[in-house]
Amino acid sequence: MTDTTHKSAVSTPASRLTLGQVAPWLFAIAFLVLLPFVFKSNAALTIMNQMMITIVFALAYNMLLGQGGMLSFGHAVYLGFGGFMCMHIMNAVEDNGLPLPLPLLPIFGGLFGLGLATIIGSFSTRRAGTVFAMISLGIGELIAACTVIIVVLFGGEEGISGDRTYGLPVFGYEFLQQIEVYYVLGFWTVLSALLMYLFSRTPVGRMANAVRDNPERAEFLGYSARWVRFYSFCASGFFAGVAGAMVAINYEILTEQSMSATQSGVILLVAFLGGVGFFFGPIIGAIVFTLLQSVLSLYTEIWQLYLGALFLATVMFFPGGLAGVLMMHVPVARLGKFGLLVMPYIKTLLPALVSVIGVSALMEIIFHYRHAPPGDEEMTLFWVTFDSHNLLAMLIAFVVAAAGFWVAKRNSGELRNAWHAANTPDGGRA
Amino acid sequence: MNAPMSKTAVPALQLEGLRKSFGRTEIIRGVDLSIQRGELHAVIGPNGAGKSTLFNLITGRFAPTSGTVRLHGTDLAGMAPFQINRMGLSRSFQITNIFPKMTVFENVRCSLLWSQGYRYSFWNLVSRSRELNEGADEILEQINLTARRDLPAGVLSYAEQRALEIGITIAGGADVIMLDEPTAGMSHSETDYIVELIRKVTENKTLVMVEHDMGVVFGLADRISVLVYGEIIATGRPEDVRANPKVQEAYLGAALEAEH
Ligand SMILES: Nc1ncnc2c1ncn2[C@@H]1O[C@H](COP(=O)(O)OP(=O)(O)OP(=O)(O)O)[C@@H](O)[C@H]1O
Ligand SMILES: [Mg+2]
Repeated sequence: MTDTTHKSAVSTPASRLTLGQVAPWLFAIAFLVLLPFVFKSNAALTIMNQMMITIVFALAYNMLLGQGGMLSFGHAVYLGFGGFMCMHIMNAVEDNGLPLPLPLLPIFGGLFGLGLATIIGSFSTRRAGTVFAMISLGIGELIAACTVIIVVLFGGEEGISGDRTYGLPVFGYEFLQQIEVYYVLGFWTVLSALLMYLFSRTPVGRMANAVRDNPERAEFLGYSARWVRFYSFCASGFFAGVAGAMVAINYEILTEQSMSATQSGVILLVAFLGGVGFFFGPIIGAIVFTLLQSVLSLYTEIWQLYLGALFLATVMFFPGGLAGVLMMHVPVARLGKFGLLVMPYIKTLLPALVSVIGVSALMEIIFHYRHAPPGDEEMTLFWVTFDSHNLLAMLIAFVVAAAGFWVAKRNSGELRNAWHAANTPDGGRA
Repeated sequence: MNAPMSKTAVPALQLEGLRKSFGRTEIIRGVDLSIQRGELHAVIGPNGAGKSTLFNLITGRFAPTSGTVRLHGTDLAGMAPFQINRMGLSRSFQITNIFPKMTVFENVRCSLLWSQGYRYSFWNLVSRSRELNEGADEILEQINLTARRDLPAGVLSYAEQRALEIGITIAGGADVIMLDEPTAGMSHSETDYIVELIRKVTENKTLVMVEHDMGVVFGLADRISVLVYGEIIATGRPEDVRANPKVQEAYLGAALEAEH
């Protein structure tokens, strides 16, 4: 599932599937099927549904950013458009008693996303780089502004709501329960991911990479860079629309917030956090982001600060994203030297974690100090209750943060050496 | 309009009154040149004479200020590089121009896609076509890069990138091949090898080549054009060009001396 071609192409007949190609997909399917048996609560299902929507949207987004080298600041528009249209379809089906089963809705979401992308892409993909980015930003703002103006289509500030339990039950399922929705979304998540992966292995998908790397040379190989970008853009619009339909099915409402610039920014962040250089990067990004967003926001009001810090750290220190960090370890694993890294990792990362906890405690105390209502000076942090106006609390948090940092820094040299050793073949050169 | 000529008489490439100015400086100053089908043609000349610019005008990278370029009799005016490539013309670059983040194999495979008729297909999987994958591996074998197959092209050494540059150019099997200093930066043995390869893959094809190595030029070319300050001062068979006093004075004297 990485960007590099499989070695197997040389030794095995080109037309046979290998276990290595099929296994990740079978694993993903089994994982999604079994997950609700572990996390049964409705709250967990809500998080998992949101996660799957983000996965599809982030993968669609990365068809542009990672695969095609197009930086879009307005991709939520295609998700939103597909979603709004699906709400209208839902309502029309209910009013007229049309025989359209709910699980097929994402096809229509996709087609509407594709339709809009075809129109916008016909002129926005002419150039890549800054021009493309600026056009995407402009179009994003334009269409987002339309949501409050064209009320019939987008329902103004209330948005458009509907009822997914309209119409006919499918094999006896009426989609009253979260778990039924979960499996519908799960099906579309796997199918969409598989189709997007396969797209990247087609001639136009391969040329998307070529155009990303060197549009000029691609033109000297018979391909118009502009049309290659256009096809990627349309495909990406389709899957963004599918994600929009998933939103419609899951929440039964779409508002202007779904296609806002904020949403477009979030998906860029998700893709980058996960790693745009690998097909599966955005999947990791979507999982981590959704977990942080939903779990962290339960515990702290300043969760966005932590998210921003994580994003910054990723961009600055690991431009390959979380997927890049994972893939860095593949050569080490191949050499069978993973054991060399275990202790140094513990000795560096554990104090680093302590330091992060210290810093976040400091942030929380300051936040409480500034924002708690007068008289309410008591706060609870990491199961300890204390007075947030007491300087001692801040001092302890600061000392913990500084001490953790100091130890982590002191041990980081050891980690660096271990990393070097783990990447050096036995008896080979450095 | 010209009367239709018999097919064999149409030159593979025909330049008429070709001119190109960048701002107020005229770099190509009226070039007329006709290259027959199957001819191996070398363009030589001092640094800055406009050889690469001439290539850029022919292949659609730059639009000429005036004059025409015909490929197999078709006027190329206003055509984009990809359209010209689809008509069977492929070129390499003096400054290596590859896909650095893709693997060496992918680089070559991408250059086979259009010529094998895949166009903008999103319903074929590249891994499923034996013709495509074996074709790419065959090219890798020819340019001696099989051992580097799965590395990102950007990490190859300079000479290896030059070989890949040639591989990408010849992969599609175009019938007019234009190489801009293919052997620059290669060692003697690498040069000998590449020249043999060029000879092999351009059999029955038309080759236009810019080259500074006079050994290569006189060993390979059927005809030679000498470009000096944007003008062709001589065109002809190698021995005639070598004997031409104007050429001796402007370029060859110095270039041949440098060889020894
Ligand atoms: N895009 C451009 N804009 C302005 N001037 C250019 C451009 N391209 C080339 N030139 C100028 O045109 C002249 C000819 O350049 P060109 O690269 O064609 O020479 P060349 O014969 O290929 O030389 P060399 O042997 O060094 O490769 C040079 O003076 C160069 O500075
Ligand atoms: Mg040149």
